[in-house]
Amino acid sequence: MTPVLEVRGLSKAFGGVQAVDDVSFELRQGEFLALIGPNGAGKTTCFNMLNGYLPPSSGSVKLNGRELIGTPPRRIWRLGVGRTFQITATFLSMTVLENVQMALISHHRRVYDLFSRATRMYLDEAMALLDLVSMREQADRPCSELAYGDLKRLELAIALAHEPALLLMDEPTAGMAPSERVALMGLTADIVARGKVSVVFTEHDMDVVFAHAHRILVLNRGRLIAEGTGAEIRTNPLVQEVYLGGGRLFEKERGNA
Amino acid sequence: MGFYLAQLLTGLANASSLFLIASGLSIIFGVTRIVNFAHGSFYMLGAYLAYTLVTTLQGGIPGYWFSVLAAAVLVGGIGLVVEMTILRRIYRAPELFQLVATFGVVLIVQDATLAIWGAEDLLGPRAPGLDRAVRLMGEPIPEYDLALIAIGPAVLAAIWLVFHRTRWGILVRAATQDREMVGALGVNQAWLFSAAFVLGSALAGLGGALQIPREAVSLQMDLSIIGEAFVVVVIGGMGSVTGAFVAAVLISVLNAFAILIFPQISIVLPFVVMAAVLIVRPYGLFGRPGSEHGGTEEPEQPLRLLDQRSTMVLLALVAMLAFSPAVVSDFTTILLVDVMVATLFAVSLHFMMGVGGMVSFGHAAYFGVGAYAAAMAVKVLGWGMLPAMALGPVAAALAALFFGWFCVRLSGVYLAMLTMAAAQILWGVTFQWQDVTGGDDGILGVWPDEWASSDRVYFYLALVLCLGGIWLLRRVAHSPFGYTLRGVRDSRIRAEAIGIDTRFHQWMGFTLAGTLAGLAGVVFVFSKGSVFPDALSIGHSIDGLIMVLLGGIHALAGPVYGAMAMVLIEDWVSRLDYWRFIFGGIILTVVLLAPDGLAGGVRRLIQLVRRDAA
Ligand SMILES: Nc1ncnc2c1ncn2[C@@H]1O[C@H](COP(=O)(O)OP(=O)(O)O)[C@@H](O)[C@H]1O
Ligand SMILES: [Mg+2]
Repeated sequence: MTPVLEVRGLSKAFGGVQAVDDVSFELRQGEFLALIGPNGAGKTTCFNMLNGYLPPSSGSVKLNGRELIGTPPRRIWRLGVGRTFQITATFLSMTVLENVQMALISHHRRVYDLFSRATRMYLDEAMALLDLVSMREQADRPCSELAYGDLKRLELAIALAHEPALLLMDEPTAGMAPSERVALMGLTADIVARGKVSVVFTEHDMDVVFAHAHRILVLNRGRLIAEGTGAEIRTNPLVQEVYLGGGRLFEKERGNA
Repeated sequence: MGFYLAQLLTGLANASSLFLIASGLSIIFGVTRIVNFAHGSFYMLGAYLAYTLVTTLQGGIPGYWFSVLAAAVLVGGIGLVVEMTILRRIYRAPELFQLVATFGVVLIVQDATLAIWGAEDLLGPRAPGLDRAVRLMGEPIPEYDLALIAIGPAVLAAIWLVFHRTRWGILVRAATQDREMVGALGVNQAWLFSAAFVLGSALAGLGGALQIPREAVSLQMDLSIIGEAFVVVVIGGMGSVTGAFVAAVLISVLNAFAILIFPQISIVLPFVVMAAVLIVRPYGLFGRPGSEHGGTEEPEQPLRLLDQRSTMVLLALVAMLAFSPAVVSDFTTILLVDVMVATLFAVSLHFMMGVGGMVSFGHAAYFGVGAYAAAMAVKVLGWGMLPAMALGPVAAALAALFFGWFCVRLSGVYLAMLTMAAAQILWGVTFQWQDVTGGDDGILGVWPDEWASSDRVYFYLALVLCLGGIWLLRRVAHSPFGYTLRGVRDSRIRAEAIGIDTRFHQWMGFTLAGTLAGLAGVVFVFSKGSVFPDALSIGHSIDGLIMVLLGGIHALAGPVYGAMAMVLIEDWVSRLDYWRFIFGGIILTVVLLAPDGLAGGVRRLIQLVRRDAA
């Protein structure tokens, strides 16, 4: 069976900085994969190349065998890749519900419809998605009023709107209270367990990572330095060096992530 | 050979004047991020002040140069007053507010100048000691031009020294690159901004003062220079003084030679060059990304569909409007057509700016194209009124498709500048293309068909077309298309991440707004019976911006209130002397005291009434 995602030799240099350096990995159907590493390791840059926001310096990204490099983000989304952002990106002048409706409108290819009332479209589907992330009560609130953690949950609902085969979540729990983190990632794990969507996520909270990730990749200074299950990663000497040696740094990053 | 040298030197002399005013504009933009329309007014004031000083002092060579410098210093002082009383309050406001506020200053300065110096053009004296011509390769070159050619680079060098050798200059450069950083350094921002504004205005004043031996001092100096000065700043890169110099030389020298081949080109050439540069280098020759935006806006509240009561009120108002010709005078009926035209124009501009997030400084272009296309269909092709009315919006749509394709590649101030360039190009074409458009004389005698020729019938035709257009835009604002457009405005990255082709969508939004502006132009031309290049002018584009701002940018109903207020205020004040002064005062009051405009005021009033009722 071909993997859902196949990344080969992915690299990106910004001027002199080698932000991502020869990264290769695969993602199997239904897998919940964590990509960890200290700040500046290149995780966000990796994500940006996976879904078309950045052209890589070299390398290949295949989704179900199809090459994605050179495809703009909006096409990659149509091919079934959802994305949540490290710094949330939502439509602030709309309500929570309308944000989800927008994703559904686009999914159903109705963005050029000039006469329907956007607020009345795909209401049930949108509500169901909000239910999934426990945001139903907030459906009619303006997005600009939401707490940061709620915005993150909203982003998840938006990202699930087109029933993606692959979900890329960049620090989905940053800015959330610890109990919220556990709840959100538990929820995501449930969605993964249904087997339709595979997820790659980055995360600084190791409890979350070890609790849910099927497999972990460790990135440091743009290079993959380790790969394995939670137990393997915990005992890996290289990882210990990066994390224990730089442990202070890591704790600090969590604070300002 | 000598002839070409003379052309080159004329070009370089023009470049110096242009550089002086553009460098000031660029410094002000770089530090404060304000697109300062009043910069042309400072230039004009510099010329008037220098004229008065030179003619009263009569002091030979030292008297002349003292007067020029004194005029620059005085204008710097005026700049300080304007900065402290007005601009300081709106540094964090969106571009639209800043632009309109500075335009309010333009109006006030115009009438103040009129009151002090009168309406007559003033012919300044020659510069003593530099009043002859020298012969270079057989061609006479004015000595004063040679002096100007030296002054430009000298001022550039002086600014460079100030910016690289003084603490203040280094802070100015730092602020141009990264404003937050300067805040973090604990620098007194207010002081830094004021000083930059004073320097910028003094440079404009200097440019104007040096101009008096070369051209008559007139009340048209302000707006005649401002377009070109913007172009130079944008080509050079906003905030870059060196860029302004290079761009001024580029434009002026190109112009000096281009008019030899194609004399009509001088009006549009700067704008064509600017459009070309922006397409290749979206931030200008020396500009950097990230310096394009004014203040950030407060997030807008979600749109709401009308509730039943509001719908009833609205229908009642439309019914009243429909019955009004039966009760009011013919004069009022005509005024009401003006109101409807202005409203459709403002609503279409609001659709582009408020809904689409694309600030346009040149929306009148599409109004004008619609009007001209209809007028030419009647006059040149001999079409009837209705087919001509259909052609207008189609022509406007094509123009908006063409120019919009370029514009949506940019954002923020650069997009706004490109829309202005597009409008100036179209204005230049209508102005110069005498044979087809009638040039300055416009196109006359474009009257409705026989059946629609009474004021009353035409009123109903205008009612159907304008209200139809407004209804359409409102409907679209609530549709998936309009929501998507707002989505792209709110967060391009999110829109892209849910599969939206953001540029294409903005392009289509731009085109729709242009089409409806064209419809307004069509209704306009048959109600007036004529059209002049004015319809496409910057002034008319700014009228649109003022209406949107008066009404309130954050409400769909805003432009409706704004247009009504604008036409009524204009109808009232334009009968008074010094109406510009009053009008400028009204604009400034709205910007400073009621930034959410009339719509915000009405909303607060309704809330108040409801609370009392409850
Ligand atoms: N647009 C950019 N231009 C230049 N350098 C960048 C850019 N984006 C990221 N970088 C650099 O690339 C490296 C990786 O950054 P990033 O992918 O954001 O790391 P992470 O998400 O793991 O914290 C960092 O050194 C960062 O400074
Ligand atoms: Mg990151």
